[in-house]
Amino acid sequence: MGEELRLPIAADVDVVEARQQGRALAAVAGFSSGEQTVIAAAISEIARNILMYAKKGEVILSLVQNGDRQGVSVVAIDQGPGISDVERAMQYGYSTSHGVGAGLPGAKRLMDEFEVDSVVGRGTTIRMTKWRRSV
Amino acid sequence: MEVPILRQGQYLIASIQSALTDADLSHLREALIAQVGRSRCRGVIVDVTALDVMDSFAVRTLRDIAHMARLRGAETVIVGIQPDVAFAMVQLGLTLKGVATVLDLEEGLAFLDGRTKDRGGSDTRPRRPPSGPTRG
Amino acid sequence: MDNRKGTSISTRTSQAPAPRGGEDLAPSESSAALLRELVAHLRQNRTQLREEWARRITRAELLTAMTEEEIFAEATAVYDNYVEALETGTFEALQAYSRRLSERIIPRGVETDEVVGIVLLLRDVLARSLFNKYQDNVEKLNRILDSYEPAANRIANTVAVGFVEERERIIRQQQEAIRELSTPVLQVRERLLILPIIGVIDPQRARQLTEQLLRAIRANRAKVVVIDVTGVAAMDSGVANHLVQTVEASRLLGATVIVTGLSPEIAQTLVTIGVDLSEMATVGDLQGGIEEAERLLADRAAPTTQVREIAPEASR
Repeated sequence: MGEELRLPIAADVDVVEARQQGRALAAVAGFSSGEQTVIAAAISEIARNILMYAKKGEVILSLVQNGDRQGVSVVAIDQGPGISDVERAMQYGYSTSHGVGAGLPGAKRLMDEFEVDSVVGRGTTIRMTKWRRSV
Repeated sequence: MEVPILRQGQYLIASIQSALTDADLSHLREALIAQVGRSRCRGVIVDVTALDVMDSFAVRTLRDIAHMARLRGAETVIVGIQPDVAFAMVQLGLTLKGVATVLDLEEGLAFLDGRTKDRGGSDTRPRRPPSGPTRG
Repeated sequence: MDNRKGTSISTRTSQAPAPRGGEDLAPSESSAALLRELVAHLRQNRTQLREEWARRITRAELLTAMTEEEIFAEATAVYDNYVEALETGTFEALQAYSRRLSERIIPRGVETDEVVGIVLLLRDVLARSLFNKYQDNVEKLNRILDSYEPAANRIANTVAVGFVEERERIIRQQQEAIRELSTPVLQVRERLLILPIIGVIDPQRARQLTEQLLRAIRANRAKVVVIDVTGVAAMDSGVANHLVQTVEASRLLGATVIVTGLSPEIAQTLVTIGVDLSEMATVGDLQGGIEEAERLLADRAAPTTQVREIAPEASR
């Protein structure tokens, strides 16, 4: 595979672009239209997170393969303030909508794999992947 | 991208045409609130048929619109949520509770007619069809 | 990784190319050179080895679903791919070929044991040919077989696995199709849908049900949906959660959901995952649910009296 799409996130039009590209890539990977929407929503959440807390960053989209299964991988990188308590951030629901990383729990629910690496003062990297239910 | 807002009797109808950035959504909210405040508006319809994704910001904004409109005496109803979008929303945990949602514009107008005629009800579950005398 | 010099994939610096035929062999002759000699032999004798293989396939009554011409055509392709895999030591091309081949022959009714059978037959045909050629030089024969065997086994494995994977993919596809067929969403009255769920629900089926239901709500402009779970024996919390999501998603499309046929066990599961049953409209049985649904529908004003002029831009 190895096809990689790097999308800068610096303005809110970039969030829209990122989720549309994500949807398109999911379509190429053969995801159903419902799953494409789910992937687009997850990308929207984490891209917006970058914008809100780090002001800028990057979203990297790529197709991945695991044996027979195809999937979409999304990596979101920023050099922002970082999340001091990732565990707690992952517990927030949408009611606490202005906490740092509020979009994370939702995105995690939508994706199959989800990893957060964050260092306060240095930045955050989020890796998430959705696998196509192989058919 | 500005969202056109039409006036239809005592209702405002905002038809979203395409993908909206967060800024566009915020502008829409401001515009609707301003218009509701200006006129004797009894209802607001936001048509999201063209939205292929609704994430937490979109949902928050719609809730804000509904809340603000209600403070100014207008009911809000969201119409046209696509099946895929609805499914993704509930998986994300976004339910738009407390905001009326119906299938399409026709239903939205019927809903508002029902609500504005039944003024005085403190029903906070707007999705339950209104009981009462049939309209002629 | 086989660390005997016989690993066919390794490339060692070769020494003087091995002499042909049954002559004496320098003990340090590399396996790469042997492999080249082997591949050359297989290519040279391609026609007759391939024919012999095809004959043996027919004699063993394999690939009976195919005609002799077809067998020969496929045999040619397999043979060439086989030799190429031996030569290059890479198996991606073979794997890809194997998948395509499987795609072609599975609908013809070819079974796994047949595919494994023919590949093993080819391995044997080629091995025998090597025996014949090098029978006067046992040591060289051994070295050639050291080169040949691991690769031949890997080839057999690759082809078999490719076939099995393709078969599994097709089975899953068929299962999906069956699932779709077995859960119809019924429109019994205008604006009223019934979704009877029967049997075991796994997460995949649950997802499919929801997608079908939501599409049906939109297509039929349904206002009320009755989901009947009388036929569901048990529900784990994952699926129960899914049911709740289905109810919520239906609401977003403007439809009220009535759940009927909840057994005490399932009700308990819902409560355990935090569902407030007083918020979910439930009725004991399907009949009662339909009656409730009709009541709800009757309460609405008939939509036809609401026809109104809608500004063109606002209509969809």
